[in-house]
Amino acid sequence: MTATTQQVMTINMGPQHPSTHGVLRLILELDGETVVKSTPHIGFLHRGIEKLAEHKTYHQVITLTDRLDYLAPMSNNLGYALAVEKLLDIEAPKRSQYIRIILCELTRISSHLLWLATHALDIGAMTVFFYCFRERETLNDIFEMVAGARMNLSYVRIGGVARDLPDGFVEKAREFVNVFPGRLREYETLLTKNKIWLMRTKDVGVISAEDAINYGLSGPSIRGSGVKWDIRKSEPYSSYNEMDFIVPVGKNGDVYDRYLVRIEEMRQSNEIVRQAVDTLPKGEFIADIPDVALPQKENLKKSMESLIHHFKIVTDGICPPVGEVYVCVEAPKGELGYYVVSDGTKNPYRIKIRPPSFVNLEGLQKMIEGHLLADVVAVIGSLDIVLGEIDR
Amino acid sequence: MAEVSAIGKKLKETFPEAVTGVKTFRGELTVSINKDYIGKVAEFLCNDDESDFDYLSDLCGVDKSRLDNSNAFEVVYHLYSLKHNHRVRLKVEIPASNPSIKTVTNVWKTADWHEREAYDMFGIIFEGHPNLERILTPEGFEGYPLRKDYPLKGRQPASLREVYRKGEG
Repeated sequence: MTATTQQVMTINMGPQHPSTHGVLRLILELDGETVVKSTPHIGFLHRGIEKLAEHKTYHQVITLTDRLDYLAPMSNNLGYALAVEKLLDIEAPKRSQYIRIILCELTRISSHLLWLATHALDIGAMTVFFYCFRERETLNDIFEMVAGARMNLSYVRIGGVARDLPDGFVEKAREFVNVFPGRLREYETLLTKNKIWLMRTKDVGVISAEDAINYGLSGPSIRGSGVKWDIRKSEPYSSYNEMDFIVPVGKNGDVYDRYLVRIEEMRQSNEIVRQAVDTLPKGEFIADIPDVALPQKENLKKSMESLIHHFKIVTDGICPPVGEVYVCVEAPKGELGYYVVSDGTKNPYRIKIRPPSFVNLEGLQKMIEGHLLADVVAVIGSLDIVLGEIDR
Repeated sequence: MAEVSAIGKKLKETFPEAVTGVKTFRGELTVSINKDYIGKVAEFLCNDDESDFDYLSDLCGVDKSRLDNSNAFEVVYHLYSLKHNHRVRLKVEIPASNPSIKTVTNVWKTADWHEREAYDMFGIIFEGHPNLERILTPEGFEGYPLRKDYPLKGRQPASLREVYRKGEG
């Protein structure tokens, strides 16, 4: 650049901006079109979920967790349920663990599909959007079939899941699993070797492995930088150790590598669902521990004890022993952690949620420094943030 | 996971005066640290080859006043090692009357926003933090919402509501 006087211009982006994926506000300092500095402002969606949780019973908190990353409610439910189960020192039955895996992986696909749709749309590839939403529709139908809701599932319960899989679920899941790899190939033909896509994503928003670790990135965002770390493998929960899948990693840590990682993750998730459906064990879908786990709804009609237990749990809540646990799961966005402190009463004393998007967004400043303004949108898209869990 | 207890032991040997307690609950190791040593302990745990806690999973505050009537806050660090695949929880108790502690942003950059959140929610001051401002609540917010003495339906002063109405700030 010639020795002209540098003029830094400050512009505001968001919070009502379609490609900030929610209510993210960025203050950008620009030199020409180059980003000199960026300051994210968050909190527009803060609902005080952690405060609210302190005033709810342990079962009531499940519905709050749906509202964190609303694109992957199952992972949120699961992380929380696992934390309380660890506090209580109980384990969910095998069948419910498999059901949890199936639905978690389906939400992962659904969440990644929405990411791919909007990320591509942000960069200008509009066609992908419609295809991704077609598949999401099928997935939402499956969720509706299982949980009765399409978005905020609240399907996991402490000690298991709310009800057994409905008739026809397995067939429907198999049908999806068989069709989906072909669809994935279809998306890839539109993007993976698309020259414009490559130009917009290669060498954009680069972050090295060391920086990614130091900034605390997790999930596909850190794997794009070549760090092979997936909580489903490193600290397996809910029978993930019985599933056969690989953890895809990138090399350069740019937007393109994060894209490739997520695409491959969808393929792997699809295979996990296939395995789990094929080997779905028979048995109970919720643990038979009357003090803490809700009894099966069917039994309420015929068993007095179940009715009493149900009434007790719903009105009184459960009282885990005094103690604290930290449990994390591999949510579609990364490490989702729950730190639950119990004081022995029916309300959690403190729940701290470690949302992956919150931490991933922290890395944004590092990634877009020195890049063009137009790339900011690409980098935000590649982090796959959801403001619901950032602001809580 | 067998080596988890070894970390507690090693910490105790290296910093005998810093470690005030080691506890294991449900297989999770918790080490209580004296407030003055958190900077040193953090650096040691991050750089030591055996522990190698290069990843700060989470940092948060806890108001202990209703837990044991101690009128103290706790800063809780959840550390993870990508290399060794182990975790540890560090706890530092600080008095509610003077809630300040040294920052760990110099060790893990990710601590930046976590510490801002702890400041926002509990009013814990992190000394040496590069930009200690409220993060989730708006500028001009009064009180610290996650403290136990803050009511669930806490109201903000009319002046702040006025700012919202006019769309300033």
